[in-house]
Amino acid sequence: MSGKSRVARQALPGSVEEFMACAYAMEVEAAERYAELADQMDTHHNREVAGLFAKLARIEGKHRDQILARMGWEHGPDAAVFRWETPEGPETTDYGELHYLMQPYHALRLAEHNERRAAEFFERFAAAPVPEDVRAAAREMAEEEREHVRLIQEWLARVPPPEPGWDEDMDPPAVAD
Amino acid sequence: MTTANEHPVVPPGLDSVSVVLAGSGGAGVMTAGNMLLEAAAHAGYYALMTRSSGPQIRGGEAAALIRIATRPVECMEDRFHVLAAVDWENVQRFDAEIPLGPSSLVLGDPDQGEPPAAFLRSGPRRAALPLKRIARSIPDARPNMVLLGALASLVGLPEASVGHAVGKSLGKRPASLGPSLAAVAAGRAAAADIQARHGLAPPPARAGARWLVTGNEAAGYGAIKGGVRFVAAYPITPATELLEWMAPALAEVGGTLVQAEDELASINMTIGGSYGGVPALTATSGPGLSLMIEALGLAVAAEVPLVVVDVMRVGPSTGIPTKSEQGDLNIAVHGLHGDAPHLVLAPNSVADCLRTTQWAVQLAEALQAPAIVLSDQFLGQARSVVDRPADTPALAGRDVAATAVPGYRRYALTDSGVSPMAIPGSAGNAYTADGLEHNERGNPSSQATDHVAQLDKRLRKLESFDYGDAWADLEGDATADAVVVTFGSCTGPVREALERAKADGLRARLVSLRLLSPLPASRLEAALAGAQRILVVEQNHSGQLHRHLRAECDLPGHVTSLRRAGALQFQPGEIHRHLIDWSRA
Amino acid sequence: MNETAVALAPAGYKSEVKPVWCPGCGDFGVVNALSKAFAKLALRPEDIAVVSGIGCSSRIPAYMSSYGFHGVHGRALAAGTGLKIARPDLTVVVTGGDGDGYSIGGNHFLHACRRNVDMTYVVMDNRVYGMTKGQPSPTTEPDWDSKLSPDGTGLREFQPMVIALASGANFVARGFTGDPNGLAEILVEAMRHPGFSFVEVLSPCVTFRPEQKEWKKLVQEDAFTPTADAKEAAGRLMHDTGFDLGVLYAGGRAPYAPRGPRAERPVEELERRFVL
Repeated sequence: MSGKSRVARQALPGSVEEFMACAYAMEVEAAERYAELADQMDTHHNREVAGLFAKLARIEGKHRDQILARMGWEHGPDAAVFRWETPEGPETTDYGELHYLMQPYHALRLAEHNERRAAEFFERFAAAPVPEDVRAAAREMAEEEREHVRLIQEWLARVPPPEPGWDEDMDPPAVAD
Repeated sequence: MTTANEHPVVPPGLDSVSVVLAGSGGAGVMTAGNMLLEAAAHAGYYALMTRSSGPQIRGGEAAALIRIATRPVECMEDRFHVLAAVDWENVQRFDAEIPLGPSSLVLGDPDQGEPPAAFLRSGPRRAALPLKRIARSIPDARPNMVLLGALASLVGLPEASVGHAVGKSLGKRPASLGPSLAAVAAGRAAAADIQARHGLAPPPARAGARWLVTGNEAAGYGAIKGGVRFVAAYPITPATELLEWMAPALAEVGGTLVQAEDELASINMTIGGSYGGVPALTATSGPGLSLMIEALGLAVAAEVPLVVVDVMRVGPSTGIPTKSEQGDLNIAVHGLHGDAPHLVLAPNSVADCLRTTQWAVQLAEALQAPAIVLSDQFLGQARSVVDRPADTPALAGRDVAATAVPGYRRYALTDSGVSPMAIPGSAGNAYTADGLEHNERGNPSSQATDHVAQLDKRLRKLESFDYGDAWADLEGDATADAVVVTFGSCTGPVREALERAKADGLRARLVSLRLLSPLPASRLEAALAGAQRILVVEQNHSGQLHRHLRAECDLPGHVTSLRRAGALQFQPGEIHRHLIDWSRA
Repeated sequence: MNETAVALAPAGYKSEVKPVWCPGCGDFGVVNALSKAFAKLALRPEDIAVVSGIGCSSRIPAYMSSYGFHGVHGRALAAGTGLKIARPDLTVVVTGGDGDGYSIGGNHFLHACRRNVDMTYVVMDNRVYGMTKGQPSPTTEPDWDSKLSPDGTGLREFQPMVIALASGANFVARGFTGDPNGLAEILVEAMRHPGFSFVEVLSPCVTFRPEQKEWKKLVQEDAFTPTADAKEAAGRLMHDTGFDLGVLYAGGRAPYAPRGPRAERPVEELERRFVL
């Protein structure tokens, strides 16, 4: 995606509050999406990956709550239609990346990708012409995301990579309406 | 037995006179026919008018068939007393619709040639009037007005009533009024010399208000009285006039009519409007009903009330759009795929189009189911002078869910089968109406238990409902062992045939069904109790009502079917002869 | 439109029913975007009706917490039209797929555009019939091989935006399910715009058209510059890649309204027309 005007439309945060609002929106979107993906996997009886996505949703939810606590916010700013540089939040999994036969390995690779994008997102703020306290907060958040990348990579190392043909289904798709 | 009009010398004071005004395009026979009808109404008579025309859009041959009587009439007679033509251009195409006899009068303009031989076969009396020449002698006068004056004179309508009718018709064109009245007077004067007169007996005293109305108009008014405020429809002969009447009428009572792009759209729009809480209706004829069938199944499954008025015409396919037939009973009752209980009703007279359509709306709303009203071209397009139909009681309307019902279940399995319907806008009750089989909450389900439970529910609400006495008109001698069962526009000629048979000493009962599906079998069996002979009269080729009755209930005694395809209406004499033969069998 | 300050979160517009769609399906993005758009407009769920026909995408009404209507194949626009004309106070959104909307429902699409009733039509276009297991739809490429049409249909693709514009739709836009936030913004504009708003949504089918996963690389964000000039919009469509996103046209035609004098008189007054 070109995203040509998205960057232009997203103003750089002028304060820590603005920056943290952005971080908060990112965590909310990521948590909600993981929960949604867990439901999708659940509907398709892929319990293992469903459980994994649910766990990731809880983790992102925890990050979301940490931001609330850090900022002393009762509830977060409105994230209904938050515009990102990318089509969605940098930590949000693209709907199109899912497969009903996917394995934990795939899910963790997606999570790793998300965490890496999140880290890069914050790193750009840390290097941007924004107030120093915003840069400091961005550095801190970027480091947290890097830590998440490391954790997920450790997790990945414990998960077997998929065999070739993991996505083959002996049965044809079902007919509905 | 002989009827009055078969006597060689016609006595004065007939209680029913039938006339035809015919002629080719531009001659204005329809206008003159309408005026004659209005004049008869003004004079205090009952009357009925149907019209026939050639296939041309404009300028084709046309005929106005009018019966004027001292009592309400619901069908044409066996013979016409007068056939009057402005000219004879292709009028013979109406031969089969205009039976004449030796006492009939054929009246024409000698300058327009001889009447077609077809009209002379029965040896009618003849008279000639130079209509065109008379008209030419009066500035701006027309031959049809001369003919109107002559005809009014021949049947004994007062001059004042004709003047009233002409004035009412030409009120918006005052310049035509003088010449028209002069032409009428000239026609009356010219007819004074004609010996073969068919004078009417004095009109009956007026007991209450009378209406001049077509079945299509009556159905439209009945729909609005029943609560309809949204109509979506596609034009089709012979239902269009119903819609054209409703469009401005709805606008006066806060309703809306929308012209859809086709019948698929009109039925689905109707469903959409009713889902939104507004009682809704569409009107069509056979080809349109065929297109609507799939969506009617949706209305059954999603339990969306609505009414389809099918003004039946001759089928199959395009058939004969301008002629009547009762051939849509099968598709109306059985056309839907799956087990799809719904309502099928039929009005049995022009006036009854009001009551039956109103009742159909009430039933559809109360039972949250689609209702098909089987009117037909004859009832729909016949214009009739009738006593104002009596008001019928209101039924409890749609059972609407209260706001925010805890754990609201749109398709709850209630004892009656009817479950409260949430209307969009009502907080806390949101649900999805679905053509997919569903559970009580409305969520899609492919479980056999849900399917059977919902099938039972949808059947139960129709079968456990108390339809009261309106399901049929039961007439005649309740102890007679002979019963005629019929429906719709056949009822008129059957009633008249039974009156004649009564005069012959034949005792019989009449069952004219208003509710055809679900057929109230136990009520019908009670009405038929003790019957030795049952005659099922209907206007279609295959005996659809006969088969329907056979399938739905145990008919006692010997059952015979009197059926004939459409295009030509039954005449009372035809049924009367059958009853006489039947009683001798 | 009832924009009231109820401040419901987007999740509040989703129902408890879990979608039956394949993981990876673009239609999830439409549920996401619709709920964000409803939240942005602060609509009360009970004042919204989501109306659909048959097909994968037509399952949407059950997934929303608003009122829903899941009718027969191809007739969603008709049902939505009837509902909106009978109940102008409701926000009506019609949803469906390319087969439902452009094939079996094609005639209703033309007439919904020209009738210009104030509602929004969202078509999830995946260029395939998914629910019947992968047959070509009107928007399928002519050479796409399938069991029902071996070696392809050989037919030119239907051009929804061209047809919508030519038929009189008052708002024409294209969104992409891979960008639910961008799509939500388009939907907000579509619902706010008076008259008939048509939103063509590129919604990949991962099961029958896995190659559509590449769409995210092809789409051109904000490629259209909105115009109220239909001629300009038509010209722009002549060099549309099929993946150009954004609002193409936002016109100024008055939405459908009943014409002629209207009143709220007692029903019995209509009898005067018959009384002799």
